[in-house]
Amino acid sequence: MGRLVLRRLLATIPVLVLVTAGVFALIHLTPGDPIDVMMAESVDATVKANLRRELGLDQPIFVQYGAWMWRLLHGDLGRSIRNGEPVIENVSRRIRPSLQLAALAMAISLVLATPLGILSAARRNTSVDRFGTTFALFGICMPNFLLALLLIFFFGVKLRWLPISGYTDPLEDTLHGLRSLVLPALTLGLALAAVVTRTLRSSMLDALSEDYVRTARAKGLSEWSVIRGHVLKNALIPVVTVLGLQLGTLIGGAVITEYVFALPGVGRLVVDAVFARDYPLVQGVVLLIAVGFILSNLAVDLLYGWIDPRIRYR
Amino acid sequence: MAGSIRGSGIAERAPAVSRLSAIRPARGRRWAVLRQAARTRLGPLGVVVMLIAIVVALLAPVISPYNPLRQDLGNALARPDRAHLMGTDNVGRDVLSRMIWGTRVSLMAGFGSVALAMVTGGLLGLLAGYAGGRTDGLVMRLMDAVLSFPPLVLALALGAVLGAGLTGVVIALGVVYTPTFARLMRGQVLTITARDYVEAARALGAPGWRIAWHHVLPNAAAPIVIQASLSVAFAILAEASLSFLGLGIQPPGASWGSMINAGRGYLQQAPWIVFWPGAALFVTVVGLNFVGDAVRDALDPRLRR
Repeated sequence: MGRLVLRRLLATIPVLVLVTAGVFALIHLTPGDPIDVMMAESVDATVKANLRRELGLDQPIFVQYGAWMWRLLHGDLGRSIRNGEPVIENVSRRIRPSLQLAALAMAISLVLATPLGILSAARRNTSVDRFGTTFALFGICMPNFLLALLLIFFFGVKLRWLPISGYTDPLEDTLHGLRSLVLPALTLGLALAAVVTRTLRSSMLDALSEDYVRTARAKGLSEWSVIRGHVLKNALIPVVTVLGLQLGTLIGGAVITEYVFALPGVGRLVVDAVFARDYPLVQGVVLLIAVGFILSNLAVDLLYGWIDPRIRYR
Repeated sequence: MAGSIRGSGIAERAPAVSRLSAIRPARGRRWAVLRQAARTRLGPLGVVVMLIAIVVALLAPVISPYNPLRQDLGNALARPDRAHLMGTDNVGRDVLSRMIWGTRVSLMAGFGSVALAMVTGGLLGLLAGYAGGRTDGLVMRLMDAVLSFPPLVLALALGAVLGAGLTGVVIALGVVYTPTFARLMRGQVLTITARDYVEAARALGAPGWRIAWHHVLPNAAAPIVIQASLSVAFAILAEASLSFLGLGIQPPGASWGSMINAGRGYLQQAPWIVFWPGAALFVTVVGLNFVGDAVRDALDPRLRR
């Protein structure tokens, strides 16, 4: 297991280098002068020149990259043009709502998808199965923002049960906090549940056709003990993989969900930065998100090796 | 899943359905593939939806009852009636006409970005798999780097620097999808170049490009086509998401995503502004998903061993 961890960590390094290069290049992809894009024409020329110097845009590109990497390695991700604060500050202020949203969505999806996926496979071609597969199809094809608006329409506008935007920290005010997170978490969780249901169903079906299942049935075990004891554990491996693959989708979904519900999270920060043309902030946040994404993928990989020992020796 | 821009790929789905359709006639393969696609239950439905969308997109100037950009402030937020079958939006524009024009944007973005990704990814994968060694390493690490960004976040960042508008979105999404095709193509190349017929061609003195063009490419096509047809639906979803966030087609131009974003402030007074483009988006994506599934079932490489 230790060797697996080391190998995966080493494999991450060249990718990280390319990722930083890509994020650095981002600002240079803009057609025209990035300073002109970031600031209105009316802004004073000396202010523009100062910003140009501050961002190092007046120097050769390799010098810029070197300086940028040097600062990066010292933990300096740059500063937002808009509020002048370091990127790290901006992100750390926004991280809590995002993590709470993700955790709640994950919980919702597992609570919904586990029974649905298992039942769909165990009662194949019955009405339960048809419900499960239809739910999965709808969840996969339904755009996040559309689902969000539907939920807002029914629970916020028609029934007036839940707030439709804004955020209260559940750690400070549990009831109001949870109420403010229910609809966003449902938006994100339902979509994830659809994918998990579909995967669990198909991996359960694969596992159910294995020889050891026939043996277990032949020795007289009830169908539920076969599923509990033999099928479920083997069916969970693809589910973990898919959950890992869906991490990127989850982050993208969180961007949209936070935007629709006005949650002050990291996703909302990205969108705001993009529209404010605050490129240093965009670079910093996108880099942090990518690194977080790489690390969580690494964690999923390792988890996979832990669940299925066969992986470790490949 | 909903925001999943890259699509769920080939490996995750249950092979259960396709196993049933494993009988494949030896001759006339192209027609057999089509027949097979038609036999799967939902495939034809998906094809119908896709054809309707294409026809609507092509005929937009003819069938759209009003100018999609013409405002009529005196008739804003009008309920659906004879004059405006789907009502009007907050500045009195005809929702039906805007929806029809939005179909164009969605299809162009969906097919355009996937075509771009298929060509660049395919060529990169061919290069990596064929050249091997350092080139292979570099190209594939580059693809890994692209995959290290959550798809929507990457598309947002690229869209931000490329500028809003359809071209920017197509390029951004094209980049996002490229690694999937590159990986797929590289894998195909590695399997195919190890086959006997390639060795035979090489022994006969065929040059590298000839082997790549005549032997590798045709044999690698099936999984690429499957991935492409599965990706289009997700690309359309992605374009709608970007337009919803305000990055795609700029106002006053019409796209489904931007219409939904504009209408979300009027959910109570005028839900039709959101409902119709939303329904169009959902139906199109479901239909294209059916098409993708049917193509996969018909061409599934696992059945061709």
